[in-house]
Amino acid sequence: MTQLASISSTLLYVAFVLYLIATLFFGGSIKSKKHTNQTGKNRWATIAITITIIGFISQLGYFITRWIAAGHAPVSNLFEFITFFGMMLVAGFIIIYFIYRAHVLGVFALPIALLVIAYSSMFPRDISPLIPALQSDWLAIHVSTVAAGEAILAISFVAGLIYLLKDVDLTKKGKQTFWLEAVLFFIVIVAGFIVSTTAAQIAGYQSEFTYVNAEGQEQVEQFGLPALVVPHQGELMTEGNFASSIEMPAIVNAARLNTVIWSLISGTLIYLLIRLITRKSVSALLQPLVRRVNLNLMDEVGYRSVMIGFPVFTLGGLVFAMIWAQIAWTRFWGWDPKEVWALITWLFYAAFLHLRLSRGWEGNRSAWLAVIGFAIIMFNLVAVNLIIAGLHSYA
Amino acid sequence: MNEITCKCGHVNPEGTELCLSCGRALTADAETKKTSDVMRYEGMARRSQTYKMSVIDKVWNFFSSVKVGVWLIFITLAASAIGTIFPQVIFIPPLEPPEVYYEDRYGFAGKIYYVLGFHDLYNSWWYLLLIAAIGTSIIIASLDRVVPLYKALKNQRVNRHVSFMKRQRVFTEYTVQQPAEKVIASIGDNLKKRRYRIREEDGHLLAEKGRFARWGPYVNHTGLIIFLIGGMLRFVPGMYVDEVLWIREGDTMPIPGTKQEYFLKNDGFTAEQYTAEEDSEVFGETINRVGAIAKNFQTDATLLKREEGTAIGDESKLTEVESHPIQVNQPFKFDNFALYQVDYRQDEIRSMSFDMVNKETEEALGSFEVDLFQPEDEYKLDDEHRVELMNFYPDFSGFEDGEPQTASPVPNNPAFLFKLYSPEKPDGEVAFIAIQESLEPLGENEFALKFSGIETRDVSGLTVRKDLTLWILGLGGAIFMIGVIQGAYWNHRRLWLKRTEDGKLLAAGHTNKNWFGLRKDLEYAFNGTGLAQPKDHMEENLNKKASGDVKEEKNNDTTS
Ligand code: HEM
Repeated sequence: MTQLASISSTLLYVAFVLYLIATLFFGGSIKSKKHTNQTGKNRWATIAITITIIGFISQLGYFITRWIAAGHAPVSNLFEFITFFGMMLVAGFIIIYFIYRAHVLGVFALPIALLVIAYSSMFPRDISPLIPALQSDWLAIHVSTVAAGEAILAISFVAGLIYLLKDVDLTKKGKQTFWLEAVLFFIVIVAGFIVSTTAAQIAGYQSEFTYVNAEGQEQVEQFGLPALVVPHQGELMTEGNFASSIEMPAIVNAARLNTVIWSLISGTLIYLLIRLITRKSVSALLQPLVRRVNLNLMDEVGYRSVMIGFPVFTLGGLVFAMIWAQIAWTRFWGWDPKEVWALITWLFYAAFLHLRLSRGWEGNRSAWLAVIGFAIIMFNLVAVNLIIAGLHSYA
Repeated sequence: MNEITCKCGHVNPEGTELCLSCGRALTADAETKKTSDVMRYEGMARRSQTYKMSVIDKVWNFFSSVKVGVWLIFITLAASAIGTIFPQVIFIPPLEPPEVYYEDRYGFAGKIYYVLGFHDLYNSWWYLLLIAAIGTSIIIASLDRVVPLYKALKNQRVNRHVSFMKRQRVFTEYTVQQPAEKVIASIGDNLKKRRYRIREEDGHLLAEKGRFARWGPYVNHTGLIIFLIGGMLRFVPGMYVDEVLWIREGDTMPIPGTKQEYFLKNDGFTAEQYTAEEDSEVFGETINRVGAIAKNFQTDATLLKREEGTAIGDESKLTEVESHPIQVNQPFKFDNFALYQVDYRQDEIRSMSFDMVNKETEEALGSFEVDLFQPEDEYKLDDEHRVELMNFYPDFSGFEDGEPQTASPVPNNPAFLFKLYSPEKPDGEVAFIAIQESLEPLGENEFALKFSGIETRDVSGLTVRKDLTLWILGLGGAIFMIGVIQGAYWNHRRLWLKRTEDGKLLAAGHTNKNWFGLRKDLEYAFNGTGLAQPKDHMEENLNKKASGDVKEEKNNDTTS
């Protein structure tokens, strides 16, 4: 079983590398002089999508072998869930790709999937047993449908981002120019998180604090990065490691805040470095990639993926969620923060559809809504688990 | 009612935008509106767009507006988000008074949160009002649209006026060399293969597919309304039971909410943890990292039923119905009820045994056992020695004015006040005994009691639930899902072909969404006819815009 588990990790690693290579080929395909409309068949794109599919199969292999090794569907902690979300993102991309054959989607969708998978592997990766509340077939049914729905909805973000990169006039300073850059800056911050955490993991950095929690009990907390902030009445137990004297109140999880600060610092550094070297904003840097994009097509891809994703999300995030909650927690709805955020996501996309259908919010506005929708999904996926603790907080 | 007579002679009801017969625009307003907006409801008169005078009209128009609906959705969404900033009152520790808890823990922000009522947001009257407003909006907006839409699509004419054709997004005028009938027939045949329904009238053609997708929104809204009604029924007495049953191992208790018709016997509670040895070796690392992980909580239970005809309270005639383990994720269901494993207390003291000893000689004089749930007044050790239980404090919490106190009737920390009788001390000696505390309040004693044993058992915390609204919620949810899928995965596509007197062939296409799909169908349909497929003008414009020729069409929000 442990052998199977290690095969599983290897397959995930292989998938990651393949997605990376596929991205480069997609990049090549949109540069191709022969296919100015960036759709249809093209040798670069054929290679790219083939590699993507092999990568997807490899990741599917990771999923299946890990399922066998663990004895349950590997969607039971943050690492597994986010990885699965990344896999669904690739699946959603593949489906949309075969409908529209828009190569440029690959140039943006795959890097985002890569970032998502890299992000997930910052969390503990070992296979954990299921607590009683999770021992149900509904775990696999509910979680995989939610992830699939969210991933398809995320494709609308990819299309929206491409749309905006082309549509927004970067030569003029304005709200749109600012916020577009802000979205990209945020993506760089995620990269900053991955870089700083990986660096600390490679260096084997680990410090331990004892502190007093909000209930007045003494507890131990691990810090994976040098402590720029320390917990409430925290005392460093690991000699020689760094600890600042900025103490947090008891309700703040200092270790997580510390990670956020480190991500911000390293992300900002990366961002500044990019700007210094290229002397361009990140939006301007990416713009050449989308120069030949057909805006109308991107708008349709965005709308279509919401149309496909919305029912799937409703089914997984609300219907299956309620059925399972009735079985596991005695009531189908209990206003747990994660539940509420699923409702918020659902309401948001409902509003998106109504604005589009009845109020003519197409093109630019629709693209912005897709960006906001993705922000809400990410918030629910990441922040609600880490910041707002509830019944759902994994691990 | 003011009727509008179209140039073609058809008489349309007031408020109609496109003639029901030929599709001409009937008002100057309809002429200037975006085509997609007029086409959404086929140019039909809608109540909200026609009657605007009375109070009822105004209320109707308010709720039928999608703008209002979207605002309601956004306000609900924002309010819901605020409700997750701090924990809701149901999630705070049960013994903490909320007025203190929020301020203590979250400071000033917490106080504001509490004062504004966000701590119990989802039960607040204004939150429920928002939901009710959304419900009203859904009903009125749907009625306002579905009736005219149904009529329009049912009575569709094949032959449309040139102006109707020309304003469609997909439109081309062809000059045909070959006989037009042949071209039309061949396009019709091609579209049949794509499962379009074809209607022909005077040589004109209407090909249509997926009309039922247009009902999707109304079906899903109906589902939502049924769901909301189901949610309201929760408050009807008898529909909903939510009770807690704490039951000790070995005990038989009436199940709350069943009017003493059903009883439950707890045959034993089990709590298990994963161990590195027994369970899959791959879990080893996690267990090392986070410590013990729960594996199973289980109450083995037997359901009993009071025999019919026996009086309430008469527990002598219970018949066994069924034995069943209750686990997390595996409730025990019977007769619309379900019992859930939700909580437990382990190792509650059930009885304690004592030895009476002579302090000096350490001679044991006999022992006895106190059942904490049925303590006796007196325990005889032999003919000469006996112990009187003067007082019992199940949850000893200290002394007040020299008197021992008990915090609760639950034996968490039992303490006893005994009187020990012996031939040497016929008047008895008083001893106070608690865990880790022994007192001889009335002076030094000759005899003492020593703990010699303890018997414990577990207590299962179960939730008793009956929810007769579930099937309605399920029905609503199912109808909602059918409706969304119907509207999302199918589209209503149409192609009109018209022959004009001067021998031209006009082709116009419309779909409610997914223009890409329509274009594919048209490509297929026109294949082999010698004609290029009709142009999608929006697509053209945007392609031009891509090369910087055309300014973006202004977003004019014309519908409401
Ligand atoms: C949370 C609640 C709601 C949900 C989940 C919902 C869902 C939907 C969906 C999925 C569609 C189809 C959209 C599309 O095909 O692009 C739709 C259409 C529509 N909804 Fe809602 N809706 C909700 C609330 C409302 C409200 C409050 C109104 C009131 C104004 C409303 C009015 C409409 C209208 C007018 C349409 C278009 C119908 C048509 O095309 O004929 N909806 N709704």
